[in-house]
Amino acid sequence: MKYVDEFRDGDLARHIAARIATAVQPDRRYSFMEFCGGHTHAIARYGIAELLPEAVRMIHGPGCPVCVLPIGRIDQAIHLALERGAIVCTYGDTMRVPASPVAAGPSPGDGVPLGGRAAKPPRGSSDPLSLMKAKARGADIRMVYSAADALKVARENPQREVVFFAIGFETTTPPTALVIRQAAAEQLSNFSVLCCHVLTPSAITHILESAEVRHYGTVPIDGFIGPAHVSIVIGSAPYEHFADEYRKPVVIAGFEPLDVMQAILMLVRQVNEGRAEVENEFTRAVTRDGNAAAQAVVSQVFELRERFEWRGLGEVPYSALKIRGDFAAYDAERRFGLDYRGVPDHKQCECGAILRGVKRPTDCKLFGTVCTPDNPMGSCMVSSEGACAAHYSYGRFRDIPVVAA
Amino acid sequence: MCLALPARVVQRLDGEQAVVELGGVKKTVSLALVPEARPGDYVIVHVGHAIGLVDPQEAERTLALFAEMGAAR
Repeated sequence: MKYVDEFRDGDLARHIAARIATAVQPDRRYSFMEFCGGHTHAIARYGIAELLPEAVRMIHGPGCPVCVLPIGRIDQAIHLALERGAIVCTYGDTMRVPASPVAAGPSPGDGVPLGGRAAKPPRGSSDPLSLMKAKARGADIRMVYSAADALKVARENPQREVVFFAIGFETTTPPTALVIRQAAAEQLSNFSVLCCHVLTPSAITHILESAEVRHYGTVPIDGFIGPAHVSIVIGSAPYEHFADEYRKPVVIAGFEPLDVMQAILMLVRQVNEGRAEVENEFTRAVTRDGNAAAQAVVSQVFELRERFEWRGLGEVPYSALKIRGDFAAYDAERRFGLDYRGVPDHKQCECGAILRGVKRPTDCKLFGTVCTPDNPMGSCMVSSEGACAAHYSYGRFRDIPVVAA
Repeated sequence: MCLALPARVVQRLDGEQAVVELGGVKKTVSLALVPEARPGDYVIVHVGHAIGLVDPQEAERTLALFAEMGAAR
């Protein structure tokens, strides 16, 4: 595929790796955070960590929207589907995220069946629900490819409430804004959006200056690989203040392995030269100002939320979006009078420390034992882009020394 | 989640829609966020919407940079 295959060339990757090895100064260590789950996935999948010199360490950041979606939001979506009778449409990524045990509620199988004998609760009924499990219990939950598909479901079911459970960073936000504007234009009265869209720059800032840094200890982050597709929308300018104020270099990179390698080389050079600038490796798609059409529709429909809970990071001020008053009719939170209740993660879960780079997935007692991609306990295991899931899928055998039989 | 792929615009349709082609697969997506896209352009497609254009010259420049690194060794 054009613009994909040529950015995955193994020989070139080794050449860039050799350049990195040469550029690294012998007495220095380099810790870089890739913010995006897309980069985390690429690093794990293409074995980029193996190509890097020992002095370069990649820290996996919180830029996976499925991972940082708090349990309480999943509870809300399940509540809408199971108890309010709404059709809930959502991207496939959210389907398997476990909800809180409370949201499990009574199962339809718990009642006395027609035969008169009391039914045994179905196996595992105390397990937390997920949207997938709620669907198995009869909730009308539909996986959609696009926000526009959710709108179509609303048009086709005028007698039903249809809620689009919208998650994602700045990449995914403009399509949601478009459907809300379209619903308003069509005066659709049965469509609303449960908005869980979050913002990249505020999360990066939070990692560097949150109060929890004291609790988890600090991790020296020498620079950031900036998001690929998020930056197509917001441009490279929003990171400038950040590079300036925190004196951290940022290199925006595409999601292909050569892009990531090149960005690491650029970061090493910035560190060596004492620079803290925003550089753009992904010039084929990212400009300084970003996509103006996308930004316009987002600011027409959304405004900043004062606070939003991120799974693993806690409440982050001004880190998410809510639907503007002009479009209140399409805001599921207002329409259904939803209250938000936070739900703590498993006590032994180390996601908070892993998302900040203080710990690695294998430092967590739950990793690969209780917590696996099929049965995720914490946020980093939820999506294939999470630090723990990526390591589980592609890296866990690296930890076992190879011995001759 | 932010998975997005470069696809070639084959044909513009009514209502800001377009047929795009990606590795032999054709799909109808929205061009509402990239209204300037024309047939033959490569757009980055994410959840059924083109979110940006690929600049072919910049792509060549990046690839040339990689190749230079290979040749220099």
